[in-house]
Amino acid sequence: MPRIARVQLLVTCLVDRLFPETGMAVVRILEKLGVAVDCPAAQTCCGQPAFNAGFRDDARALARHTVDVFSASPAPVVIPSGSCGDMVIHQYAALLADDPVYATRARDLAARTFEFTQFLVEQLGVTDLGRTGEGTVAYHACCHGLRGLGIRDQPTTLIDHVDGLTRVPLPEHDVCCGFGGLFAVKMSDISSAMLARKLDCIERCGASTIAVTDVSCAMHMAGGLHRRGSPVTVRHVADLLDPGDPS
Amino acid sequence: MTTPAPQPFHQRTEAALADAHLNQTLRRVTARVLDSRTAGLERLPASDDWRDHARRIRAHTLAHLDRYLDEFVTNVEARGGHVHYARTAEDAVTYVTDLARARGLTKAVKSKSMISEEIHLNDHLERAGLQVVETDLGEWVVQLAQDHPSHVIMPIIHKSASDVADLFRRTLGATDEEVADVPAMTKLARARLRPEFLSADLGISGVNFGVAGTGTLCICTNEGNGRLVTTLPRVHVAMMGIERLVPDIPSLGTVLQVLARSATGQNLTVYTNLLTGPRRPDEFDGPEELHVVLVDNGRSTVLGSTEAEILYCIRCGACLNVCPVYQQIGGHAYGSVYPGPVGAVLTPALWGQDEWTDLPHASSLCGACREVCPVRIDIPRMLLTLRAKGVDEGRAPSWIGQGLAMFRRVAARPWLFGAAGRAAAFGTRLLASRGWIRRLPGPLAGWTASRDFPVMAGDSFQDRWKKRQTGKPGGPQS
Repeated sequence: MPRIARVQLLVTCLVDRLFPETGMAVVRILEKLGVAVDCPAAQTCCGQPAFNAGFRDDARALARHTVDVFSASPAPVVIPSGSCGDMVIHQYAALLADDPVYATRARDLAARTFEFTQFLVEQLGVTDLGRTGEGTVAYHACCHGLRGLGIRDQPTTLIDHVDGLTRVPLPEHDVCCGFGGLFAVKMSDISSAMLARKLDCIERCGASTIAVTDVSCAMHMAGGLHRRGSPVTVRHVADLLDPGDPS
Repeated sequence: MTTPAPQPFHQRTEAALADAHLNQTLRRVTARVLDSRTAGLERLPASDDWRDHARRIRAHTLAHLDRYLDEFVTNVEARGGHVHYARTAEDAVTYVTDLARARGLTKAVKSKSMISEEIHLNDHLERAGLQVVETDLGEWVVQLAQDHPSHVIMPIIHKSASDVADLFRRTLGATDEEVADVPAMTKLARARLRPEFLSADLGISGVNFGVAGTGTLCICTNEGNGRLVTTLPRVHVAMMGIERLVPDIPSLGTVLQVLARSATGQNLTVYTNLLTGPRRPDEFDGPEELHVVLVDNGRSTVLGSTEAEILYCIRCGACLNVCPVYQQIGGHAYGSVYPGPVGAVLTPALWGQDEWTDLPHASSLCGACREVCPVRIDIPRMLLTLRAKGVDEGRAPSWIGQGLAMFRRVAARPWLFGAAGRAAAFGTRLLASRGWIRRLPGPLAGWTASRDFPVMAGDSFQDRWKKRQTGKPGGPQS
């Protein structure tokens, strides 16, 4: 496998503002593997909320901005999100297809953009990060990562190599939690019913932690669990693999 | 049956979500059917290749639909059938009611046909003085209950066996013994329907596929009623959407390989009928007349649109079964004869978003529908194109439009994005107690109906990153 010495981190809005430690965990994991990390300061949002709501012009503007920011360097781009990853990897090409300048640049960016767990397993060839942990964890497959990017065994392989962590199956692990971005607000009653079904499965499975590859789904499920008074936590896979600060 | 009450979408879903009996029934039945589907496809070697091939056949047929329609019409007529092209629903029902009047027909037996539901054929026939009897067991139950189908292949998925027992007692005066279990109820239905078949002079069927090269109609049923409907009455009227063609018999074989497996897990439906023309002089049975009604009703417009791919659909219902939204709300909540993911695209694609504004949004875009579709229709892609059309037509709620426009202006300027993020983080801290917000304001209140919202971090990842880099040798100085 060719050695990748340097990557750019597209941290995503939600990690930036709601789960900054997950972003730091991603940085620490990559650096520990000998991969230098750049985090372009001009990055903002990939445009998916506008795209999914049907506001194509707004989405296009943010897509162009993101393409610009991550085209200053040819280094691969790592995203700790299957959802934003799918946006950059699959939707940008269609969104910017008619743009004479950006169509090619969007395709180039898509070709060197990777979701975090896929990057570790498929690009770096790493499955064992030499971490230890404790407790019982179950894996929930986030929709866009699963069906958009084909994230299946990568996260569980990484989790299974964490010493001391026991993984249990989550019933209906590949059924949507009901988040869906604005769907959770616009169709909140349907979304809530889907969440209730998911939380029932979570509470039944016996895990103390649910692992995911998208903090958006984590925010959704954790918010529901907190409302129920459940002690179960929802963590990004990177949090479970975090080597901690060397200092 | 009449059109559903013009209630807003959210009222229909509210009622459905509150119906625990419905939720349990849907969960149980869809889970069982999905397991059967998986097993059915596993029994087919190289099932993915069959699906790819079926998709190519559907894509090819629709790309050359004009040619295949011509060929189909020529071949149906060459074998003595009549073909009527109906541009609109009105045109289709008028043709059938005029035909009934001209031939003096008084009683119609019907096998399952979604297109007849689409154009409300039963209502019109009854108004024209005909007696109409549905003979698919599920559709008969729907008719007795004055209800609507809630699934494209399992019309009474929303009813349990005891619901049907109650209905038979109430409408047919059935005894306890006659409704003791499902076999008993089936026996009762059989006894009641048999004389209807024998006394009908008009048989109305749907069509699963029309074969262009031979003029053959393929009708799939599991109850054998399709065979009686198309054989016993004097006149057979077959109703089909203009898109339901395949080029030839080998292509029919391919789509049939994946249809029943995706629908129920069966290799083939129990009765897979191929009918070519009315009764010939040397034949003992079959109708004297065959009329094929090709219904457009918006389809040719869809064909030229970004949603053309939805016409590949072969009506297996797998996308309904797998959809976590459908599993919660059932078919009636969609308000359309075509519910579920396929209906959420097909309905507004056919008839516009005036009445169907909400349907493209009734999805979390999880993509499960695309994954199970036997012809791999990219339903999420088209939900998104329809949402974009809705925005262009000015249908989006203003708070979303204004909110996203402002978000875009902010997110195009990194310094402003950072500042807005800090302001939002500050805002969440004002609303929160012990790290969580229990009630969000305004249109965001829907979130906190069932879940708490986390407080945003005081220092973002970008803040922490900058600080960390500054501390590093050779890092940027601030």
